[in-house]
Amino acid sequence: MLESLSDKFGKVLRDVRGRGTLSESNINETLKDVRLALLEADVNFKVVKDFVASIREKALGKEVLESLTPGQQFTKIVHDELTAILGGEDSVLELSGRPAVIMLCGLQGSGKTTTAAKLAYALKKQGRSPYLVPADLFRLAAVHQLKTLAGGINVDCFDSTEYNTPAEVCTEALRIAGLKKYDTLIVDTAGRLHIDETLMGELGGLKTILKPAEILFVADSMTGQDAVNTAKGFDASLDVTGVILTKFDGDARGGAALSMRMITGKPIKYIGTGEKVECLEVFHPQRVAGRILDLGDVLTLVEKAQTTIDEKEAVALQKKIKKDTFTLDDFKDQLKRIRKMGSLDNILSMIPGFGAMKKAKNIDFDESEMTRIEAIINSMTGEERRNPACLNASRRKRIATGSGTRVQDINKFMKQYQQMRKMMKKIKKSGGAGLKGMFQNMM
Amino acid sequence: MFKKMKSGLSGLRQRLSKTHNSIMGGVEGAAPTMSREEFLETLEESLITSDIGVATSLDIAERIRSKGGQNVARLQEYLRDYLYDILKEVEAPLKIERSPFMVLVMGVNGVGKTTTIGKLSAHLSSAGKSVILGAGDTFRAAASEQLELWGRRTGCDVISQSIGTDPGAVTFDTIKAAIGRYANIILLDTAGRLHTKSNLMDELKKINRIAGRELAGAPHEKLLVLDASTGQNALNQARLFNEAIGVTGIVLTKLDGTAKGGIIVPLAKELKIPIRYIGVGEGVEDLREFKAREFVEAII
Repeated sequence: MLESLSDKFGKVLRDVRGRGTLSESNINETLKDVRLALLEADVNFKVVKDFVASIREKALGKEVLESLTPGQQFTKIVHDELTAILGGEDSVLELSGRPAVIMLCGLQGSGKTTTAAKLAYALKKQGRSPYLVPADLFRLAAVHQLKTLAGGINVDCFDSTEYNTPAEVCTEALRIAGLKKYDTLIVDTAGRLHIDETLMGELGGLKTILKPAEILFVADSMTGQDAVNTAKGFDASLDVTGVILTKFDGDARGGAALSMRMITGKPIKYIGTGEKVECLEVFHPQRVAGRILDLGDVLTLVEKAQTTIDEKEAVALQKKIKKDTFTLDDFKDQLKRIRKMGSLDNILSMIPGFGAMKKAKNIDFDESEMTRIEAIINSMTGEERRNPACLNASRRKRIATGSGTRVQDINKFMKQYQQMRKMMKKIKKSGGAGLKGMFQNMM
Repeated sequence: MFKKMKSGLSGLRQRLSKTHNSIMGGVEGAAPTMSREEFLETLEESLITSDIGVATSLDIAERIRSKGGQNVARLQEYLRDYLYDILKEVEAPLKIERSPFMVLVMGVNGVGKTTTIGKLSAHLSSAGKSVILGAGDTFRAAASEQLELWGRRTGCDVISQSIGTDPGAVTFDTIKAAIGRYANIILLDTAGRLHTKSNLMDELKKINRIAGRELAGAPHEKLLVLDASTGQNALNQARLFNEAIGVTGIVLTKLDGTAKGGIIVPLAKELKIPIRYIGVGEGVEDLREFKAREFVEAII
């Protein structure tokens, strides 16, 4: 995500950090690069202008020019400014009222329906009882889509099929929510252009009925500055309370993310980072700034790990590594956990400096590799998993047939597994210091 | 072929007014009061923000600079000629030269693939063709229902399977059904996929392979749907889809909602893939064949 921008920023900042001293002309030169990088990333003209001016002013101050580490000072300024234009503080969801109503609106194809389900899933995990309301009666099968998604996450969904207008749907859904004690209503609306007065009027009507605590504008993050103009249009007629950026896992240039807050004044609350229903992340301006500058986002990584691995299991795993009894079954468990955290690319992009490394070594992560390995392990007998040494040629052949792979794949995987065991022994000997080596080896 | 498909400038100007304003709005009216530098800078900025592309925008601004004068009518004429030269290269309507003719429709999530198929099927079947729709999007909830409703509306058969089925299997079934029922045209829908996900692009390659195996030369048209409001990212999408299976035609949708219709210029310039249709509204008639001349006159 935001790779091209992070690429350029990473390079610019590395150049700066490499210098012992910074002069005014150095800084101007660097800022020119920064300006171009931002413009090419579809960031709004005005935002870029203000951003560069603000950095210039701060960077030309004494603290930077006279500092012993001017490059790092400069990086810090850029990081702070980026955080500021991304919104500064995290913005939490406002869930007042009973039921608290969240209304989603946006252009066609921005991802409202999928986001509605993701939000419901996230809120349910927080212990709320959400109720999904499909008020998109225009797009064919939109109601059915939300219903299906709701079924998949065990959230109740209002049956809109009997109603003719979104207003009727909302009125009735509110009544039912009161009866059945749902505490959060998530209303999906039809995609529309902000210049379409009739349809915007319809949304205004829904707002009057629903009295929503949140009106969230859902925008495709691959859209450039135009998303911002649209957001302004929606805001003007609805007074939007926040923004959700979807498809953040593509190669979005960042224009929408970087311009949204400054131009509309509305906070970005969530980002959608994948096709699965759990792929919705709270938007942390500071962390995203870190990712853009290729400084990594270790905090999110740790949080993700914590939600998928519990402490007891971690201790058990450590013991296994210590006693050298880490079997293929354990390996499979770990693999499953990692996959739960999201796509590999996404996870790795949170590691500081990974962007540059990926570029340099031309690494492309193939998720299907993990599926293949899982299939291989699944095709083994219990005995083979505990004691892979017994894998002779005929067993390997059987496993290859069973998992739909080739014998070479099995051989390759076993080699990797042996290497990993060796690495674990090293960690055991040297304490934590071996971890870094293991990581480098993996690359 | 498409009798009902709208053409001519009627309405197009209005539908593309956002892009027009983005390009011309800055200088229109204000030109006489601007200094030379202001005029050129405004023009350059307008071109860049309309997504005509940085290189092209700078080139245009440079040419205008050397020409002198800031008469808006002359500027308009110049820009139209300049852009027409680029865009005429990609004006090539889809020719359906055999039966069954298979169109594979692909693109990232939410660009309007299923809707485009629905509208296309309406045009084609009203032109007397028998069309079969394949619900190859087996991932998104209710995608096949959406296509089935379109099928009911336009009177086309829809081949679908339950969610989670291998799209390759749907491809196979659709082609078999088309051959068995003597259909003229197959429109195969596929799941939205981000162009950066290699596993999903592999899936697309597989669909492509299966089509070729079951029907000689299929898919005869590999149609990429791009959302015009995406801006510059559309270019990346086109590049990567093209690398994966080769794109033979482009549909640019949602042009009415964006000021970034200029993206068509770098698309044409860099990829030289024919632009078959443009989408300028929600109605069935708003999917139009791309005509370079009328497009240029509408946006400039």
